[in-house]
Amino acid sequence: MSGPLIKDRYELAVIGAGPAGMAAAITAAEIGVDTIVLDEQATPGGQIYRAIGETPLRDPAILGEAYWKGTTLLEAFHASAAQYVPQATVWTASADGEIGVSVGGSVRMLKAKRMILATGALERPFPIQGWTLPGVMTAGAAQILLKSAAMVGNGRVVLAGTGPLLWLIAAQYLRAGGTFAAILETTLRGNIARSLPFLPAFLRSSYLREGFELVSEVRRSANLVRSVIALRAGGGDRLTDVTYRTGGGLEVTVRADMLLLHQGVVPNVNLALALGCQHTWNETQLCFTPALDAWGQSSVATVAIAGDGAGIAGAVAAEERGRLAALGAAFQLGHLDKVTRDRMAAPHQGALRQAQRGLRFLDRLFRPAKRFRLPRGQTLVCRCEEVTARQVRDAAAMERIGPNQLKAYLRCGMGPCQGRLCGLTVTELLADAHGVSPDEIGYYRLRPPVKPITVGDLASLPKTAADIAAVERS
Amino acid sequence: MFRRLPDAPVLTVSIAVDGLEVSARAGETVAAALLAAGFGAFRTTGVSGASRGPYCMMGVCFDCLVAIDGVGSRQACLVQVREGMRVETQRGRRPVGS
Repeated sequence: MSGPLIKDRYELAVIGAGPAGMAAAITAAEIGVDTIVLDEQATPGGQIYRAIGETPLRDPAILGEAYWKGTTLLEAFHASAAQYVPQATVWTASADGEIGVSVGGSVRMLKAKRMILATGALERPFPIQGWTLPGVMTAGAAQILLKSAAMVGNGRVVLAGTGPLLWLIAAQYLRAGGTFAAILETTLRGNIARSLPFLPAFLRSSYLREGFELVSEVRRSANLVRSVIALRAGGGDRLTDVTYRTGGGLEVTVRADMLLLHQGVVPNVNLALALGCQHTWNETQLCFTPALDAWGQSSVATVAIAGDGAGIAGAVAAEERGRLAALGAAFQLGHLDKVTRDRMAAPHQGALRQAQRGLRFLDRLFRPAKRFRLPRGQTLVCRCEEVTARQVRDAAAMERIGPNQLKAYLRCGMGPCQGRLCGLTVTELLADAHGVSPDEIGYYRLRPPVKPITVGDLASLPKTAADIAAVERS
Repeated sequence: MFRRLPDAPVLTVSIAVDGLEVSARAGETVAAALLAAGFGAFRTTGVSGASRGPYCMMGVCFDCLVAIDGVGSRQACLVQVREGMRVETQRGRRPVGS
């Protein structure tokens, strides 16, 4: 599966080794496409199947059935002829197929005729007062520590937010022997009515049984507070307490050693946007999603996007989208004729439809509340450059500005995370201030390098005589 | 910050964090090892000097930056521990050249 040497050229480069990336690589390599997989983590699986090959957790019941489904995919990936490069950070990619990657501290370029971006999702920003204090983490971060290191939070742990993943993580934590001082649920009551029209499809989906079991399991063994409408983290150098309020209730402050935040996941768009793939605002999922055809083909001819980066749909859908993107790429590369491609795709298209059934209900039921997406006052929006909600709102009140001008005014989005933790908040704040749709505001203009590298790293790249001549004084 | 479940095998890797010896499990990340050893804050910010620790554990938030073997601003959640590794919590910005 893996070879130590990275070649200069490949037919296909898959970025990311989660379910979509693994499935894409397996499918493409099976057809005979010369494929390389570049993944930032040390082991395959992405975040959903994080550490699936080597989790130290001994009891498989802790992470549950859905997690272990990834084993089949992992085994096929290990057996695949696709070349897998772990700990490979892609910091640039261009429409002509040139890819810059950093592996084990050294940087290099390679070329691929086509790319499949399988960069997955990240947790939606949850900008509340104090969310930058040590001790405040995403619930996903705690789940990663459970899966990969068999660790649970020490002391008084508070879990807060909304979304199907919140319940899954809560259940996994409890099964592992973790405890919660409180679970503060921010799901809006009004969401129930808005999700009802989509209930029939949900009732026929696999999410129904799974969801009910998780919720009842968690409710049995944790102090659950519903309808939380205000939330803040307190402390000086680290988290010491969490203050919340429920609809109509008084403010309550609880001592806390850890606060785990979660309000859904959104596509990780940085590489796709830097490549110029067109994205539009998705009002159901409250994020930007790429414009794609049935093969995951983006607006950039050489680039397809698969998995949650194509719109949040979960691990099973990600796997099917990965396979479809690989079939599309194999056809474009001349490995398959149209008839064969379509014949091979049919079962995956069916499985994809099946996996997506019921998602529209979940999207609406767990739609995060505006008050937790549009912060006010001294709450930090941009964690890297420490820009507050008030600064963003004040700038928006002065004139009609976009996210890119905000960079110049406030340095918002210009830190190392490159807007990953503030981009959606900024777009939504500006849209709200100007009374227009987030689509009209747009997102930060993203440029390579999409992950920070040093000037020294860049200088260490092999240079042609023409490169040197271009900058040398004569 | 975090406690290890009994599942995790014997700690075999030894690293130094700000000069203190910390035991870690082979294969785990620097961030996991520090959190289990009780380090909550990994760095202070270059803007206000506020304390920060890991937020996402998946390579996107850049709040777990530390110096590893003399190289500043490494993402502790993406680097695996190695015997004899020297880790330093970071004050403010990474100095040029380190």
